[in-house]
Amino acid sequence: MSPLPRIVITGVGLTAPNGNSLAEFRANLLAGKARIAEIEVRHMGRQPVGVCDFDATRWQKRKEIRNGTRVGSISIWCAREALADSGLAWDSLDHSRVGVYLGITEHGNVETENEIHNISQFGNDTKYWTHHHNPRTVANNPAGEVTMNMGITGPHYTIGAACAAGNAGLIQAAQMLQLSEVDVAFAGGVSESIHTFGIFAGFKNQGALASHPDPTRASRPFDRDRNGIVISEGGAIYVLERLDDALARGARILAEIAGWCINSDATDAVLPNPDRQAECMRLALRRAGMKAADVHLVSTHATATALGDVQECKAVREVFAGCPGTFVNNTKSFIGHCMGAAGALELAGNLPSFTDGWVHPTINVGELDPECEVPGLVVNRPVKAPRIEAILNNSFGMLGINSALIVKKYGVA
Amino acid sequence: MTKEDIKKVVLDIITDIAPDEDLSAVKPEVRLRDQLSLDSMDFLDIVMELRKKHGIEVPEADYVQLASLDSCADYLLPKFQAKAGK
Repeated sequence: MSPLPRIVITGVGLTAPNGNSLAEFRANLLAGKARIAEIEVRHMGRQPVGVCDFDATRWQKRKEIRNGTRVGSISIWCAREALADSGLAWDSLDHSRVGVYLGITEHGNVETENEIHNISQFGNDTKYWTHHHNPRTVANNPAGEVTMNMGITGPHYTIGAACAAGNAGLIQAAQMLQLSEVDVAFAGGVSESIHTFGIFAGFKNQGALASHPDPTRASRPFDRDRNGIVISEGGAIYVLERLDDALARGARILAEIAGWCINSDATDAVLPNPDRQAECMRLALRRAGMKAADVHLVSTHATATALGDVQECKAVREVFAGCPGTFVNNTKSFIGHCMGAAGALELAGNLPSFTDGWVHPTINVGELDPECEVPGLVVNRPVKAPRIEAILNNSFGMLGINSALIVKKYGVA
Repeated sequence: MTKEDIKKVVLDIITDIAPDEDLSAVKPEVRLRDQLSLDSMDFLDIVMELRKKHGIEVPEADYVQLASLDSCADYLLPKFQAKAGK
């Protein structure tokens, strides 16, 4: 059996609360600039929230925006920007050989809550329920909106994977490229979750919703006084291709997908399991043909919950014990938890390390929780690394889903 | 309420549901679909907005009456008058 084709990243499009391009996002991560606003959330009062401010009208007609969903707009923005970044000759490409694979934590809550609110203004008479409800809430909505906007006629669907979804989208795309189901994939993760009060209320009643007088300090993974998650919206979509195709067209290669793993805790709906997390990272390493020491940067999932951060740190300490060249960081301290987009965005913010050699820190650490001490953790200030040639990106979610994705600098053995 | 008022009501609704369209030269006697980029979902939006904003019901069998601004005015005038007379 011949080896599976190698898969590379040739374009990135994103929107994060602190940046609408990789360059802007990266600059803010290295400069320590968080961007979390305090906004009114239905039924929940003012909350610290990560809000994106991309201009949807750059790629969509106003009617598309009106009839579609917020996450559809996020997805279209990211896919269009990724396409522009990739340099693909779009018009001459066979659009039936393009696939769209987007990870989502949830979908439909926003639109359903909006309609429940809408008909509550009319005595809960369902004749006022919008006919746009079903196309807006079908689970493939974000990916489907991308295909309609861009004229993509290949496969599209979303991958529901809780907060591991960003990695899951990329993994799915890599597999479909290896199977030759498609020649080009738009893949990553997206989220509109700030517009559903249910997510806020759920985390609040679980004791896992962040608060702080200064919203930019509300998300503080690993800090001794952390008190939960800042919910954010966002998206990151990559253009993925088989290496041979990318080389043939002279594409700029941002990274190579080296290995991955998705596994399940099978223990608790919300509490993480560090044994399974460690197993997930180890299996990703094995599939990549790498040792732990070959990874120079671990991008943690930590969301600033009391237990979750401790459990992940335990798993990372165990897997990367005796790896003095491995740095560890976190992105949620800048942008909050972008839910379905988290894994994809957090990877994107670290990709430039391959070329600039810097590791962005995790910020908002006043006093490091001793249980979150991890060798190589980059705290509050960026570090210039001797070399960054491989990144392991952790992304975990409810119902015990774990994902680890390893990308490496192209051209490194 | 006159027929001209009703045409304005319908145009205001279309302004909301089809914000990319130039409505400055819509011909009242020509089918809306023939001069604007409107699909079946948009006509459902017109029906919904008439219901929400004006309390006017358009049964499905009568959707065809909303084809042009003129036919809208002819069809909706008695409904608006009945509403005003209540």
